[in-house]
Amino acid sequence: MPLDIDSHFAVHARALSVASQRLKLLADNLANADTPHYKARDIDFAAAMQNAGKDQVALQTTRAGHISEGGDNPNHAQPLYRVPDQPSMDGNTVDSQKESAAVAETAVRYQSTLTFLNSRIRGLRLAITGGR
Amino acid sequence: MSLFRVFDIAGSAMSAQSVRLNTTASNLANANTAAGSADEAYRARQPVFQTVLNQQAMDNSSAGVRVADVIESQAAPLRVHQPGHPAADEQGYVYMSNVNAVDELVNMISASRSYQNSVEVLNTSKELLLRTLTLGQ
Repeated sequence: MPLDIDSHFAVHARALSVASQRLKLLADNLANADTPHYKARDIDFAAAMQNAGKDQVALQTTRAGHISEGGDNPNHAQPLYRVPDQPSMDGNTVDSQKESAAVAETAVRYQSTLTFLNSRIRGLRLAITGGR
Repeated sequence: MSLFRVFDIAGSAMSAQSVRLNTTASNLANANTAAGSADEAYRARQPVFQTVLNQQAMDNSSAGVRVADVIESQAAPLRVHQPGHPAADEQGYVYMSNVNAVDELVNMISASRSYQNSVEVLNTSKELLLRTLTLGQ
């Protein structure tokens, strides 16, 4: 049975991409923790991973003015606005504690994915060298 | 690769927060500055933060924060009777700055916490990127 390297790594590559995208959004939220009227955003990790295998139907963009709806990059998850627990007076919905916790969680997810990828690569290498 | 963008974002946040710390330091340093008229009196300064929107990104994602403006407080300066002061006017009054020390201290704590958060995010993503580089070794 031939090994398809693409599908061998696919889920983990997707997970890395979603985790780094989420980390970027969380960094954005923390950077704007004191900006009036800023609305915190996040992505649903589970939903983003569920869409991983599906074929995405996207609108074609043929001119510079056309607006892509994010479908041309299958690894791009749609960010959603966060519902605040405690609305603040300046209209900002960033909860620093929540964001920090989410950063820690995403970092652990990212590292565990790296560990999985490493073990897969090690397995492939073992198969190639035959344990020599 | 979104992780590299985190450096820009956290960097912009750190620079914005340091502007805020700078204005706080300036306000606290001038808390007891007296002037000869209400117009010359020192007024507390506050930075105005604004989200930087990234036009190129398809989801209009923001790319950090910047200081849009530094505004001066419009509160009336305190009029104090000090005839011996060299800057006193004809009636012997000087005008103290309108800095509220408690406000400034709260601002300072908030700014330093936000700064620390940004450093934390920066360190985390740096570590993740370095670990990604050693993938498969």
